[in-house]
Amino acid sequence: MTETTSPKTISLRKGPANLARRNKAERRFRLYGVIAITVAVAFLGALLLTIFSTGISAFQQIYIALNIEYSSGLIDPKGTKLRDDLSRADYQGLVKQSLRDAFPKARKRRAKRQLYKLISNGAGFDLREKVLADPSLIGQKKTVWLLASDDVDMMVKGKISLETSADNRRISDNQVLWIRALAADGRLEKRFNWRFFTSGDSREPEMAGILSAVMGSFFSLTVCLMLAFPLGVMTATYLEEFAPKNRWTDIIEININNLAAVPSIVFGLLGLAVFLNFFELPRSAPLVGGIVLALMTLPTIIISSRAALKAVPPSIREAALGVGASPVQTVAHHVVPLAMPGILTGTIIGMAQALGETAPLLMIGMVAFIVDVPQSFTDPATALPVQIFLWADSPERAFLEKTSAAIMVLLAFLIGMNLLAVILRKKFEKRW
Amino acid sequence: MTSITTAFNPAETDVTPALPTCMSAEGVSVFYSGNQALFDIGLNIPANRVTALIGPSGCGKSTFLRCLNRMNDVIEGCRVAGRITLDGENIYARGIDVVSLRARVGMVFQKPNPFPKSIYDNVAYGPRIHGMAKNREDLDRIVVKSLKRAGLFDEVKDRLQAPGTSLSGGQQQRLCIARAIAIEPEVILMDEPCSALDPIATAKVEELIDELKERYTIIMVTHSMQQAARVSQKTAFFHLGYLVEQGDTEQIFTNPGDERTEAYITGRIG
Repeated sequence: MTETTSPKTISLRKGPANLARRNKAERRFRLYGVIAITVAVAFLGALLLTIFSTGISAFQQIYIALNIEYSSGLIDPKGTKLRDDLSRADYQGLVKQSLRDAFPKARKRRAKRQLYKLISNGAGFDLREKVLADPSLIGQKKTVWLLASDDVDMMVKGKISLETSADNRRISDNQVLWIRALAADGRLEKRFNWRFFTSGDSREPEMAGILSAVMGSFFSLTVCLMLAFPLGVMTATYLEEFAPKNRWTDIIEININNLAAVPSIVFGLLGLAVFLNFFELPRSAPLVGGIVLALMTLPTIIISSRAALKAVPPSIREAALGVGASPVQTVAHHVVPLAMPGILTGTIIGMAQALGETAPLLMIGMVAFIVDVPQSFTDPATALPVQIFLWADSPERAFLEKTSAAIMVLLAFLIGMNLLAVILRKKFEKRW
Repeated sequence: MTSITTAFNPAETDVTPALPTCMSAEGVSVFYSGNQALFDIGLNIPANRVTALIGPSGCGKSTFLRCLNRMNDVIEGCRVAGRITLDGENIYARGIDVVSLRARVGMVFQKPNPFPKSIYDNVAYGPRIHGMAKNREDLDRIVVKSLKRAGLFDEVKDRLQAPGTSLSGGQQQRLCIARAIAIEPEVILMDEPCSALDPIATAKVEELIDELKERYTIIMVTHSMQQAARVSQKTAFFHLGYLVEQGDTEQIFTNPGDERTEAYITGRIG
């Protein structure tokens, strides 16, 4: 056999002449891939780390315990105990009174003003709620935990550097001393910030919450889903299963693909021109926001639904037609149900996109300062990403952590939605 | 060739024009976006017999089969000329409802294609959409009867709610046959029903086809000449879009009239 060995025989160990080079290229390629993934993960990690480290403190808020005297002279001078009178009283005055009692040394106007700034302007509202709920409090003296102002909050959380000179920081030396005295007295406490989830926007960072933005997003997305899902699925089904393949359907298909690439701000302009100016729908309303977002989401839903319909094997259609099902029955009984997991996945991803969309909402006025939580589709509202945009724009130091916290909430929603999409796909995907 | 002759029951070899014709084609030509796939086919299909359509790949036998229940309608750019009749009525005439045509001419495909639903629902689907069952018991009866006729009932009677896709390939194909006969068609078209099956499953399906011809007219496409010889009484040989020869299976296989037929059945072309 030795004589038949031609010089071309490939050695099993060394391989052909170019094997070393081929192997090297292969290793190089894999290395590039690993590097790319590492860089991507590092960036994502850095992003999440910044957001979390900045935002996590927003979920706690500083409270100060004060001895409040619910003096009837301040609350109810006429002694009527009527709800109207009670709610009109100056509750912030009670706070101020008890602050003066706690720190009697602050005599000067300037010092007093600094003293009052320890407690949030919202504290008075909380006291009013308490009195309205239980008018028997009037005349009593109680220790009450009151919301601290944002500056105190920032200082206690260590976000204001005390090394900078007093002129350049938001908190004076006197205030620092008072805060330390309160802390030493056990009258300073960090509590979970429920208000962040239960209230609307506010000028005061310590009172600002995301509920109005969340509800605005919820109403917008509801409108968006109710419009985009049926329209998108019907369009996709018609184009994929019934429409003849000709020049017109080609043009429609190209335009749908183009629509998916149109910058979202353009949809916002369209919404402004058509829905607000022409149809005169209410400004800043989730109804209009939802319609605009639906226009934006439609191409995504149509494209993913068509892909899902295309993935249903033709043998299923033949089987149904073969037993005498009409085309509509074939599609409604077999093709669409089989494509549903894919359609739902695409829809959820489209909705997640819509949830994160800011630009079109700016154009239709959903960028307003909304304190009240919207109750319907036509109430003025804002949306989560717009709220983030608004807070990021605010000068107060404390809005920085609120911004990050709101981003965390938004990310939680997005991750939740994408997770749902993955679970749906995994659970209902049929294999054949 | 011994297998062919032994496979024949002498009583059935007498497939003469005296038998009633179930379907017939006259001058059928099919065009796919301008390309002609079938040329002027004329063929009579006897009732309650198995007619085999044989020929090399791409000869148009499947195309012809799909003309018989107008499955070609769904193919873009496909045009059928000529006349195909079912019990004397032209199925391509204006006003013919494709849905009711397919209820009378059922079809079984090359690859078993049960719906990804339960065995029961697979069989019940046709009767349901055609409103053949008045109530649940009626439907149950149809399903059981169809599964029995397809020779599948004993194997699946304990798991009618199991998915149809969980069955083996041969069982799936018999499930597809049960699904086709559940709507009581007159004709069953079979497009290479055994090509995706192993020999044992094939034998079972062939046995089933032989039983089914008592009730139904069966037209089957096959590329296996042995299969055609084993189960069919009439054979039509297609070549390059032309119907070269048709006749009793025995005659085609033992004494072909055309040299192309002879070349094909002896393995020289195809």
